[in-house]
Amino acid sequence: MGAPRFWRNTKSRYNLYGVRCGTCEKNYFPPRKICPSCRRASKLESVKLKASGEVVTYTIIHSAPEGFENQTPYIMAIVKLSEGPMLTTQIVDCEIEDASIGMPVEGVFRKINESGRDGPIYYGMKFRPPRSSN
Amino acid sequence: MKVGICGYGVYIPRFRIRVEEIAAIWGGDAEGIKRGLQVQEKAIAGLDEDTATIAVEASRSALAMAGIDPADIGAVYVGSESHPYAVKPTATILGDAIEASPVMTAADYEFACKAGTAAIQTCMGLVGSGMIRYGLAVGADTAQGAPGDTLEYTAASGGAAYIIGSTELIAEIEATYSVTTDTPDFWRREGEPYPRHGGRFTGSPAYFKHVLSATTGLLKKTNLSPGDFDYAVFHQPNGKFPRTAAKNLGFTKEQIECGLLVERIGNTYSGATMLGLARVLDEAKPGDRILVTAFGSGAGSDSFSITVTDKITEKRGETPTVEDYIREKKYVDYGTYVKLRRKIVVPS
Repeated sequence: MGAPRFWRNTKSRYNLYGVRCGTCEKNYFPPRKICPSCRRASKLESVKLKASGEVVTYTIIHSAPEGFENQTPYIMAIVKLSEGPMLTTQIVDCEIEDASIGMPVEGVFRKINESGRDGPIYYGMKFRPPRSSN
Repeated sequence: MKVGICGYGVYIPRFRIRVEEIAAIWGGDAEGIKRGLQVQEKAIAGLDEDTATIAVEASRSALAMAGIDPADIGAVYVGSESHPYAVKPTATILGDAIEASPVMTAADYEFACKAGTAAIQTCMGLVGSGMIRYGLAVGADTAQGAPGDTLEYTAASGGAAYIIGSTELIAEIEATYSVTTDTPDFWRREGEPYPRHGGRFTGSPAYFKHVLSATTGLLKKTNLSPGDFDYAVFHQPNGKFPRTAAKNLGFTKEQIECGLLVERIGNTYSGATMLGLARVLDEAKPGDRILVTAFGSGAGSDSFSITVTDKITEKRGETPTVEDYIREKKYVDYGTYVKLRRKIVVPS
């Protein structure tokens, strides 16, 4: 991916900015230009979504795409955010055998990929099980 | 104008490698090394972690504790000797990730293990002069030691972030004092993957000379003596140096115990002294006075006198503590370690 293409989306990648439709009050992520329910009556405004949710489903990647080969096996999941939208994300800081459907997760800032050893580094949100405190 | 800490946050990666694991590969005497360095294990970053991700996570916690609008942060400084880019500031990534951008000044600092405390001093100056309302100072590293080198037993990953301001302080920084000289005790040349050091030369003419003279200078400037402090935190490249420095200066074992983390996480370089201070702030009571002296090879020391305020009890508790991060760990073997720290060449 070219640097400008990634850069255009850093606001959403770093902080989960989506959009909320003022008409039906539904949240969307990633941001979109029109609410599919309200169409012409859409009233979309930018909204920062909470980086917490739960695993809807997941899979274990053994044969990884370019740039992720060194991380296998790793967990990819569809996470439903507490404010509604679902997104595809890597689950980190979690053993493969500990992953489960319904597992609560929270966002964590991580390196997503990099363009070789001399190219730009892409950062963004991944998800992990909530840190146990005390 | 009073200047001090409005909030702080920390981050330590979960991977750990034990001294035994490294010693077994290089034919070292693990028990002797553990005794000599007073280090058991060190924290290491995963493949998707680096100084920027550590800085962002620590800073998000610091912001949550301070409870301020990130747009009010007028300066972001990240101190590290392992910035992900040689040219492109980590502070720009951090500024965007915490939404302090775009109206702010920012830069990356490098001063071996004390770049983070240099960032605190810069923020103190900018806040104290009224140029900015809040400044963010970060010390974070994913330090590398050459395979087989003594540094490999201690070079670790982690960091801490401090929001410096003048109101709603959890701790007031009453004074700071620095000593800097040209001392070639440890260096890394441009383009080289691993640092080199002067072995025993890193002791007396480097660490001890600077830590002792900066601390003594601070005590003289503030008219305080070691007995006036409840805690003391010294830079901790290993467990031995800070203990010896404390003893020479007249600080007791009890005063330094709380902020000594090197035995359990290694030397987190720019993060080390700042994580030690955070460990103390996790526990300190209002009114407690803390002495902090960082050291960076090259060489220099920054010393601080910090007094905890009543605000600490209401602001603490919602963000993860140093112990929360130390507790969560996963041990790896040497093979996994060289993969995580990219010490082997993988075809791309």
